[in-house]
Amino acid sequence: MAQMNMLEAIRDAMRVELKRDSNVLIFGEDVGKVGGVFRVTEGLQEEFGEERVFDTPLAESAIGGLAVGMGVQGLRPIAEIQFVGFIYEALDQMFIQAARMRYRSGGRYNSPIVFRTPFGGGVKAAELHTDSLEGLAVQTPGIKVVIPSNPYDAKGLMISAIRDNDPVFFMEHLNLYRAFKADVPEGEYTVEIGKANVVREGSDVTIIAYGMMVHTAVKAAAELEKQGIKAEIIDLRSLVPLDIDTIVASIQKTNRAIVVQEAQKTSGVAAEVIAQINEKAILHLEAPVLRVAGPDTVYPFAQIEDQWLPTPARIVAAAQKVINF
Amino acid sequence: MSKLPYEVQTEPVTPLSVLSLDGDVINPDLMPDLTDEQLKEIMYRMVFTRTWDERAVNLGRQGRLGFYAPVSGQEASMVGSEYALNKDDFICPGYRDMPQLVWHGLPLYQAFLYSRGHQHGGQIPEDVHVLMPQIIIGAQILHATGVAMAFKKKGEKRVAITYTGDGGSSEGDFYEGLNFAGVFKLPVIYAVQNNGYAITTPFEKQTAALSIAHKAVAAGIKGVQVDGMDVLAVIKAVRDAAELGRNGEGATLIEMLTYRFRPHSMADDATKYRTKDEEAEWALKDPLIRFGKFLEKKGLWTVEDTNRVKEEAKAAVNENIKKAEAVEKMTVAGLIDTMFETTPQHLEEQKADFQ
Repeated sequence: MAQMNMLEAIRDAMRVELKRDSNVLIFGEDVGKVGGVFRVTEGLQEEFGEERVFDTPLAESAIGGLAVGMGVQGLRPIAEIQFVGFIYEALDQMFIQAARMRYRSGGRYNSPIVFRTPFGGGVKAAELHTDSLEGLAVQTPGIKVVIPSNPYDAKGLMISAIRDNDPVFFMEHLNLYRAFKADVPEGEYTVEIGKANVVREGSDVTIIAYGMMVHTAVKAAAELEKQGIKAEIIDLRSLVPLDIDTIVASIQKTNRAIVVQEAQKTSGVAAEVIAQINEKAILHLEAPVLRVAGPDTVYPFAQIEDQWLPTPARIVAAAQKVINF
Repeated sequence: MSKLPYEVQTEPVTPLSVLSLDGDVINPDLMPDLTDEQLKEIMYRMVFTRTWDERAVNLGRQGRLGFYAPVSGQEASMVGSEYALNKDDFICPGYRDMPQLVWHGLPLYQAFLYSRGHQHGGQIPEDVHVLMPQIIIGAQILHATGVAMAFKKKGEKRVAITYTGDGGSSEGDFYEGLNFAGVFKLPVIYAVQNNGYAITTPFEKQTAALSIAHKAVAAGIKGVQVDGMDVLAVIKAVRDAAELGRNGEGATLIEMLTYRFRPHSMADDATKYRTKDEEAEWALKDPLIRFGKFLEKKGLWTVEDTNRVKEEAKAAVNENIKKAEAVEKMTVAGLIDTMFETTPQHLEEQKADFQ
C-alpha cells in the first residue's frame, strides 16, 4: 500500500494499464515530456516511449478525432483535453463521433476511449479552466461520465475506464489533485463504474454529492453532527450510469435528501437525481429534496469564486430546511 | 522604400489529366499501369454506378429510399479512387461517398438500408474496411487521420483515405487533420471532390486560395490537383499517394475537380444556383463518355457492353432494394442495446415504455 494524492493515483492507474495492454496510448497537449500542465502523466513518456505517450499539435477536435479513428482500429486511447473549457472545441468528436460509434455501426465498431480533463473551481485558475461541464455530458447518450473524489477511487475508476469498451469522460477536480494523500493499493484493482459509495453513514438526511462537493459535504456533516443531525453522504462517483439504487436505499432510511453540485443549478445532475428520486422513492420522503448548487451565471472570475461555490454553511442550511420542513 | 517580398505566394496549378475529352491519351507519362481486363472493370463499375444512381433517384421519389445524395458526374473520382486502393486500406467517407463503400465491399442492400434509416446499414461486415457515411462535414477527416496513425503504430502497410468536398475543405477539422498528418507523417490520403458547390454555395465563396490543393502547403504534406472527370488521372494520383503512404512518406491531399450532374440531394433544386450553360459545359466532360471513347478506340468496349451493364445494374438494384425492404424493422429496445456494450439499468428500465 502506498500513500498517493489523487493526481499520483490517476498516473499510477495509467501506468498499470500502459504496462498491461500495449494498445493503451496517451496523447494530448504537453502530456509527453513534462507530463501535462498538472504533471498527471509525468514520467510516463520516459517509461513507455514516445510511441505510447506523445504530444500532439494544439487542436482539441483533432485530439478527439484521432482517438475515434484509433479506437476503430482496436487501440485504446487516453486523450487528454488540457482544460475543461477546451472540450467545447472537441464536442463533436467526444459527444457525437465517439459516443455514437457503437449505435451508428450497429455494434460493429466502438470507441474504447478515455477523455480526461481537469475541471472544478476553487483554485483561482484562468477563465474557462474551472467550469463544471458534466451536465453537457450526462445529456449525451453513449458516453459514461466519471468524477472521482479521492485517490483510491480515482485509480480504480481510471483502470475501469481504460478497460471499458465505451467512451468515458473522466473529469478530474483541480482542487483534489494534490489536496490530500491516502492509501492506494499497488498494481491493479478496479472500482466499478456506476456504483456510488456511502462515505458517511447517518440516519437523518442524505447528502448526495460528487467530486469536490463530497468534501464540502463532509465538512457540513461535521457541523450538523454538532447540532445532533446525522447526515449520510453518498459519493456518486459516476454520473452515467447513475447508481439510483444506493440513493433510494439511503432515502428509505433517512426520508430526507439534498443534492450538492458545483455546477449551475438549473437542469443539471442534481435535477436529474431529484427526478429519479421522485420516480422511485417519493413515498419515503418527508420533505422536498433540495439542491445546493452554483447560481445560473457563468462561472465567476477568481475574486468571488469562494462565494459562488457551494459552502458547508449553505449545505447545513439546506439540511436544516429539509429536516424542519 | 521597397515593399515586402511575399515569398510564400505560390503559382496557380493546372489539373493533371491523362485523357483528352475525345478519349485520347494526352499525358502518357501519367498513364497508370492497368491490364485490359482492369480497364473494362473500371468502366463496368462506372456504368453500374451511374445506373444505380438513376434508379436510386427514382426509388427516392417512390419513397422506397430516404436521404440520398446523388453521385452522377462524380463516378471517376469515386470509382477511380477506390479502385486504386488495396482491399485492406480503410475508407472514411462523407455522406455522398456510398459508391466507394459498395465497391470496397459493403453489400448494396446495406447501402439502401442506410438510406432507409435502418441501423443494419451501418453494420459493416468484418472484412470490409470502411466507416459509415459521415454527416458532420469534416469529422471523418480526423477519423482517417487516427486510423492512419493506428496503421503506423502497428507497422501495417495500409493507408486510410477520406473524402470531403470543396465545402468540407473550409472546416476546422480539415486543417487540423492535415496538420496532424504532416507532423506525424501519416499514411493518409485526403481526397477532396471539388464539385463546385457546397449545396448551393459556389467554390469562389468557399476560399480565396488558388486551389484546394494549395492548402497542403501549410500542412507540410503533398498536394496535387487532378481532373476528377478523368478516371485514369484519379487512379494515378491515388495510387501514387497510397504508395507514398505505404513507404512511410506521409500524407497527400488530392483535389479532384468534378461536378455533380444532379442536385445536392432529392430536396435540392440546382436550377436556382447553376446555369444551363454551366451544366452543359460539364456534361461534355462526362467521365463515362470520355473513358468510354478511350476504351472504344482500344476495341475494349461497345455500346452493347454499356447496355448489358445497365441491365445488370438495374437487376442488382431491384434485387437489393427488395432485400433491404425485407429486413425486419428496427426496434427501440434494439436501439437501446447499442448505446453501450452492456446496457445499464436505467436504459433497461426505459425499454418498458416501448413494449
